Amino acid sequence: MTTTPWMTILLVVPAVGALLVSLLPKGSDLLAKQLALGVSLLTLVLTAVACVQFDIGPGAQRFQFAQHHDWISALGVTYSVGADGIALVLIALAALLVPLVLLASWDTVEGLLDVEGPDARLTPQKSVKTFFALMLVLESFMIGVFAATDVFLFYVFFEAMLIPMYFLIGMYGGPRRSYAAVKFLLYSLVGGLLMLAAVIGLYVQSGKRTFRFDELLNLNLSHSAQMWLFLGFFIAFAIKAPLFPFHTWLPDAGAEAPTGGAVLLVGVLDKVGTFGFLRYCLPLFPWAAHKAAPYVITLSVIGVIYGALLAMGQKDLKRLVSYTSVAHFGFIGMGCLAFTTQAGTGAVFYMVNHGLSTGALFLVIGFLIDRGKSRLVTDYSGIAKVAPVLAAMFFISGLSSLALPGLSTFVSEFLVLVGTFTRYKVAASIATTGIVLAAIYILLAYQRTMQGALSTAHENMKDLKPREVAAVAPLLVLMLVLGFYPKPVTDIINPAVKATMQDTQSTDPAPTDALPQRVSTGN
Amino acid sequence: MPTDNIPAPSIAYVPLLPMLIVFGAATLGVLVEAFVPAALRRLWQIAVAVLGLASAFVAVVYLANHGTHRLIAESAIAVDGPTLFLQGTLCLLGIGSVFLLAERKLDQGGGEVVSQASHLPGSREDLALADSTRVQTEIYPLAMFALGGMLLFPACNNLLLMFVALEVLSLPLYLMAGLARRRRLLSQEAALKYFLLGAFASAFFLYGVALLYGYAGSVDLGDILAATATTGHSDALLLLGIAMLAVGLLFKVGAVPFQAWTPDVYQGSPTPVTALMAACTKVAAFGALLRVFYVAFGTSKWDWRPMMWAVAILTMALGAVLAVTQTDVERMLAYSSIAHTGFILVGVIAVNKDGLSATLFYLLTYGFTTLASFAVVGLVRDASGEATHLSQWAGLAKKSPEVAAVFTFLLLALAGIPLTSGFIAKFAVFKAAQEGGATGLVVVGVIASAVTAFFYARVILLMYFQQPAADGPTVAIPSAFTTSTIALGLAVTVALGVYPQPLLDLADKAALFVR
Repeated sequence: MTTTPWMTILLVVPAVGALLVSLLPKGSDLLAKQLALGVSLLTLVLTAVACVQFDIGPGAQRFQFAQHHDWISALGVTYSVGADGIALVLIALAALLVPLVLLASWDTVEGLLDVEGPDARLTPQKSVKTFFALMLVLESFMIGVFAATDVFLFYVFFEAMLIPMYFLIGMYGGPRRSYAAVKFLLYSLVGGLLMLAAVIGLYVQSGKRTFRFDELLNLNLSHSAQMWLFLGFFIAFAIKAPLFPFHTWLPDAGAEAPTGGAVLLVGVLDKVGTFGFLRYCLPLFPWAAHKAAPYVITLSVIGVIYGALLAMGQKDLKRLVSYTSVAHFGFIGMGCLAFTTQAGTGAVFYMVNHGLSTGALFLVIGFLIDRGKSRLVTDYSGIAKVAPVLAAMFFISGLSSLALPGLSTFVSEFLVLVGTFTRYKVAASIATTGIVLAAIYILLAYQRTMQGALSTAHENMKDLKPREVAAVAPLLVLMLVLGFYPKPVTDIINPAVKATMQDTQSTDPAPTDALPQRVSTGN
Repeated sequence: MPTDNIPAPSIAYVPLLPMLIVFGAATLGVLVEAFVPAALRRLWQIAVAVLGLASAFVAVVYLANHGTHRLIAESAIAVDGPTLFLQGTLCLLGIGSVFLLAERKLDQGGGEVVSQASHLPGSREDLALADSTRVQTEIYPLAMFALGGMLLFPACNNLLLMFVALEVLSLPLYLMAGLARRRRLLSQEAALKYFLLGAFASAFFLYGVALLYGYAGSVDLGDILAATATTGHSDALLLLGIAMLAVGLLFKVGAVPFQAWTPDVYQGSPTPVTALMAACTKVAAFGALLRVFYVAFGTSKWDWRPMMWAVAILTMALGAVLAVTQTDVERMLAYSSIAHTGFILVGVIAVNKDGLSATLFYLLTYGFTTLASFAVVGLVRDASGEATHLSQWAGLAKKSPEVAAVFTFLLLALAGIPLTSGFIAKFAVFKAAQEGGATGLVVVGVIASAVTAFFYARVILLMYFQQPAADGPTVAIPSAFTTSTIALGLAVTVALGVYPQPLLDLADKAALFVR
């Protein structure tokens, strides 16, 4: 076990990078891009080292690389960071996606869509430097939100994260960006502030005068207190995730955000919601969580079906991908609240895979939109003829999104469904239809845009540049590798999920038939 | 009683030093006005005011370290933790406000203050004066008298003296509100409105004092507390007295339903004066409110808490909701200040030590953030003076990235986003309130916070996400005076957002009233 304060390092490196980028003189756009990419790659390397050093052997500590320092002792606030397996894989996801989206945003920050819309004529000049600095700030906050092991510190990052994203959407987004940015900020803030009330309530009810997560476990809270506090946290996370019916901000934000912003928004930021379920809602308020589980699972199943149906009906490609995320978050939410190790592990693995597959999908669609200058499905056809690489990448990310066996999303979706089935048979069965619906919306979108007759407008469309391939390829490779060999990741996740289940005093139900046991969760 | 039997009150002068220095500096300012040649007057006045406030601050620090906390002047004045904390805050905010008054680079006439207020607005003499560079310097002694009253206000342990302090701080402000160089009719209307409503509120306050005298047989806060502990007094007098007193105090802090003057006065007054009112008056008035309710009515909190609950909820809700509909930056900030009054009241209602220290902390952070915000508002100008209509702020980030960034940060602090002082302050009062059992208030508070965030975010949206209009306002380059006020406010906002521990400790140590 090492004592290297990896979490603090990972937090500080992008923050310092952002500061350096913002201090560069005007006009040094290329240098800003290179510096930002360099910093994000450095963060990725450091994250990789941290992952390697993470102890997954038996008897390993739950929170590793842990640090505790007093911060505001008058309020009982500490600077406490550390990572369990769940946090670590999500940090790794964030660290992986940031350099890729920086690469993908290399040339497109200035030249965004000038589609007609309320804000189109108000397009301000975009500052390249600010975009890259904001991305790094966002990375720092994203890592912080997962690494925090003090509820107050978590809240600080949870809210602070909104500000760079607000600017990314509002300054660099599509035609309706002002509306989308404000809607995003308000939804998140309302949830966040309700959580603030619950955070304070937790502090007062616990009577321990601390916000440290490890000391707030196993409290003897009254049932009504648990219920109210659970609700405060849950609504914040449900909005963030987003769970049906709190999802309405996501299609707007996802569609209007610049591609890079959308990838991080849906790929990482939203995971804070489902991460919050597992880290805070379940262990801190086990009684309330058990009581609420059937309702949350019902909402999740509705989300799976509803998101898929709406995705089918979308004309706008980015909205389509956003709605597929609503469906996927239904699966994740279901897995989080099913109270089985399998479903929990599946849900966390799903979070990672969803980041990979939706990230890739958003990036490819972003490249397509950059070329075709339109977000509408109907404006494209036969693109595969002129841009075969783009089409292929679209296809693979699409297949991953519909959880084709052999791709990593399949493993996680299967784990979630099987793990949920042992407790909630009806819910899991209904959710299974979501897989069929996913096949329909993805394949329809692919067929309409990539196949068929090539329209004359797109005859000269160029295929992906090497830089763009480099941005997407790592994601596709990871999907394939983890699809066949998920063990490295599930090994990290599994002990943390088990610990969470122990905190909630739930045991896995005895298998009623042989099916669930066949699925190895890698332990 | 023969007159020679009245004993002379024994007064310890050292603990009164901060107030004596500021009143002395104000008086000196009047003499400067009379005897110093016109050309040198402005510099002298600035020097006297700033030095006065700075040495008052030094005196506060000295007292905090050496003085024992006690009642002095026949227990009419209490020099204790809250008094010194607020007096120190007021001195620093006062220096910032004087710097804003001293700014003359922004307006081509030199300064925000009209040089001859007695001219009829719009008359020929007035128009001729508007663009001349003649300046009027009476505003400095006026501000100093107001600040002196503010230093005294939270220290009063005696309701009659508190009334005197209230008038000393209010009268100069009524006058200063009417001294705007531009938009003079609006300014005079604001002054008159402020004066009339303020006079009403003072009358209520005085009537409350009379009723409480009838109840307790004394205007001393300690005696009133003692009277509430014994039976045999008329509760009607106590309750009516509390209510009347509350009207006077709640008017000064701008709580609903006594908030109506705030937007008009904030909009009409010269911006530096608005900054002084928004930052300093609120601090002083809350200091007095805290002392009255914590010391005199500390044991009768079950009588007044329901009333204050209602006031706090209304204040948060109305301030937040009405701010959304505003189209003028200064009016928006006025309604936001009403909402913040509601948040601070949440801390007052906690009625515990944490509530007191959280309120003190909130007042300090809010004062500095507000001061800097109004200073920034004063920078955005067009040909007719300040451009305060929100539509004129569109695309400001393009014209002046620095000003837009600073203002954004201040707005985020007002919205209570983490890593700013506003968040820590809000968190502290909400936490104290929940510990005091006021969970309902906290829930209303967080919802109101979300609403306030909406209109702060809207200003940011205007500045950053929109294209500037062709004939939009310009951002004036301020002199070192305004710059240092903004820098001070910004530094406090950042520092207390990231590392509030020392000040929280200080507020915690200070949070003890002498009785």
